[in-house]
Amino acid sequence: MLQRQASLWVALALVLAAADARATAPADPLGSPMWAAHARTLFGDDPVRFDPRVKVDFPMIAENQRAFPVAIDARAIPGVIRIVILVDLNPIPIAIDYRPLHAAPYVATRIKLDQRTPVRGAVQLASGAWLVSGGWIDAAGGGCSAPPVSRVKGDWAEHLGEIRGEAWPLPGGLARVRLNFRHPMDTGLVDNIATYHLEALSVKDSGGRTLGEMDIWAAVAEDPAITLMVEDGAGEGLAVEARDSNGRDYRATLPMARQSPMPGGR
Amino acid sequence: MILSRRSLLGGVAALAASPARAADYAITPEPIGQGVWLVRGADEPIEAGNGGAIANIAIIATPAGTVLWDCGPSVRYARALRRVAEQLTGKPVVRVYVSHLHPDHGLGLAAFDPAIVAALPGTIDALRAQGQGYADGMYRLLGDWMRGTDLLLPGRAITASEEDFGGRTLRLLALSGHSAADLALLDPQTGLLLGGDLVFHDRAPSTPTADLVPWRASLDRLKAMPHGGVVPGHGPFDPGGTAAIDQTRGWIDWLEAALTQAVRDGLDMVEAGEIAIPARFATMAAARYELQRSVSHLYPGLEAKLLPRVDVP
Repeated sequence: MLQRQASLWVALALVLAAADARATAPADPLGSPMWAAHARTLFGDDPVRFDPRVKVDFPMIAENQRAFPVAIDARAIPGVIRIVILVDLNPIPIAIDYRPLHAAPYVATRIKLDQRTPVRGAVQLASGAWLVSGGWIDAAGGGCSAPPVSRVKGDWAEHLGEIRGEAWPLPGGLARVRLNFRHPMDTGLVDNIATYHLEALSVKDSGGRTLGEMDIWAAVAEDPAITLMVEDGAGEGLAVEARDSNGRDYRATLPMARQSPMPGGR
Repeated sequence: MILSRRSLLGGVAALAASPARAADYAITPEPIGQGVWLVRGADEPIEAGNGGAIANIAIIATPAGTVLWDCGPSVRYARALRRVAEQLTGKPVVRVYVSHLHPDHGLGLAAFDPAIVAALPGTIDALRAQGQGYADGMYRLLGDWMRGTDLLLPGRAITASEEDFGGRTLRLLALSGHSAADLALLDPQTGLLLGGDLVFHDRAPSTPTADLVPWRASLDRLKAMPHGGVVPGHGPFDPGGTAAIDQTRGWIDWLEAALTQAVRDGLDMVEAGEIAIPARFATMAAARYELQRSVSHLYPGLEAKLLPRVDVP
């Protein structure tokens, strides 16, 4: 059933793409007022189609508009080279732009929501084509324009640089990596607080090979939490490098958990 | 299309029934003991379809007048509640207890003279600090249902452990755990225990302001105290008096253990909101919804506790 639906989408997208040789983005099934503008900026002349194999997963309710969990899972699609988390109606529409070099096409994080909005995953194939999926989520306002909790408490600087995390071996030579940074992730939209956020992150194996790297924007929630699935390599641990928009460097080493207790080998 | 009179009438009827138009709240008290009635809330999330009337409310008749246990989400609800309660008892409302800070229980207090509205000091402080935010959220979700509902603070801080109403004495228990200050009430005349949101029944507990350690202690105290039937904050009346308390305890124990295991297993918050809910909670309304809310409330704290520090200089 799912497959039939998928092929229907593909067929529909092909028809739409053929109808316009200039590769204008196809009509948006979510009816977003910002789709055409974002598509032009993000995808340029690359072909775009909607594809439900890009799994965009999030809770049924945005309980906290400052930290809304989103997971993009494109493991059903071969040859993904890039994953973008796009939030149409946020003042900062892109949260993460991830390149899974030696990693499964999967990323999960928490984002800010400034109002009811489509939340999308866009994945790019080596051919340049983009596959997009997503859904609407209702949210109270102000996720991007309220001061971070640690700014209100005033203790953000004391915890800056703290990183918590762990890596678990998965079947198929992969490792699941979870990383939680302490960072205010200032959007620049709060009075008298300049933009200040983590902007780059990479995960490397013990030999220094980059397994996955990403650009990060302030649409990612305060205290960024990021989950990836990277190639395990020799299983000798992973190195994490990150940088924020003030040029501060962050480093972590992740020992591999001895075994995966994960049910169902997610 | 030709409009017949019948289809026009049908359209008018549909409009009147449409929740977005804020039809009046239906207040239907059920007797649960001598001079005590329960007004059941919908076992649902707060949404336009129910006008936010999801909390259980109790009406107690006393020689001195009518006592209300919580007063609902809006001025419109509270006015309707007062009308029904005073008709039922034949006496004016002389006391409104607000069990805790959450807006589905107490925002309606704006319909009363604050001098007759009583709450724990911690509830009044929390309403002063967070009440406006809750009110804003309710207006966003409920629109016209909330019209005219301003945030007022209860005028009486509860410091005594009982209050007498012309011979009917009500015992007041200052507890916490669902929030920083949770009031429970025991009516010695009937043995009825009004648990507020410390106790849920066949409706999943919510945890936006929860602290699970004192919540367990409060449930232990309620269970140990001699009482008859229990009125939970949400869900059906528990005539036996233990099932609702045990079920609430069972849920919060499971919740904490399951989310702890989810962090240990490397699950992300999205995945943690999708874990299997045990079959013993199958009777609970809104279980998946509250699990996903609780993940939002509790997961970051568990991660900070359980994930090891990995930063290097």
